[in-house]
Amino acid sequence: MNEIPLTHILFVSTALFFIGMYGLFTRRNMITMLMSVELILNSVNINFVAFNKYLFPEKLDGVFFTIFIITIAAAEAAVAIAIIINLYRSHNSIDVEDAGEMKY
Amino acid sequence: MTASQIIFYILSAFILGSGVIAVTTRKIFRSAIWLLFSLIGIAGLYFWMDMQFIAAVQIVVYVGGIVVLIIFSIFLTQKSGSEMKKPPASRKGFSIAAVLIGFALIWQLISQHDFKQTSTTAIDVNVANIGSQLLSTTEHGYILPFEVVSILLLAAMIGCIVIAMKKTETV
Repeated sequence: MNEIPLTHILFVSTALFFIGMYGLFTRRNMITMLMSVELILNSVNINFVAFNKYLFPEKLDGVFFTIFIITIAAAEAAVAIAIIINLYRSHNSIDVEDAGEMKY
Repeated sequence: MTASQIIFYILSAFILGSGVIAVTTRKIFRSAIWLLFSLIGIAGLYFWMDMQFIAAVQIVVYVGGIVVLIIFSIFLTQKSGSEMKKPPASRKGFSIAAVLIGFALIWQLISQHDFKQTSTTAIDVNVANIGSQLLSTTEHGYILPFEVVSILLLAAMIGCIVIAMKKTETV
């Protein structure tokens, strides 16, 4: 595993982060935006695990941060989907452009 | 090239390829399935880095939990066979430009920075070590964040129930 330099793993996680950013910019559907957020969180997780493995192999802090991020992502997805389904009940659409009551 | 390197590059191409399809395809159900493949690829990357516990958690929580939740909410709110609207060309162009500039900036920083390994003694990342350090109250213990996260999960659960509950008529 040490034949791969750390920068290659960071390349993968950075590319994944910006793929998620692209999805967040172009999509207007709340579920697909939530999927983009999941991609972004996963790229951060790859970073934490890679730094822990390559730079601080005597510690476990990166592993703990990854576990906490996964936990919080699960809680966030559950709350977001509850909000999305509630919005669908009242607006009959989950497009962000259709939910503008509190915009100004 | 050794087998380990080849596996890494195949995994990376798989993760990035399915990630790109997940954010660009116009059928929402396909998008969820490609996200699933991308997350499985990331779990494979954790296996490749010898982090079996994190890989197992990734598969259980993301693949078994979050993606299934997303697919259920797609079935509840969308016509999953129909295609979504195309984003306007101006927004697409702006997004691609912003993403490429951001990526170039970060890649510039990463490639110039010199990463130094701090020590060579590696700790064995098994479940026993993770568990005992996660729940220890000594200097490097993580018991306080652990408890805070458990409160957060309770709050999220109550919040979901309250949001999704039907309003009852109050007298």
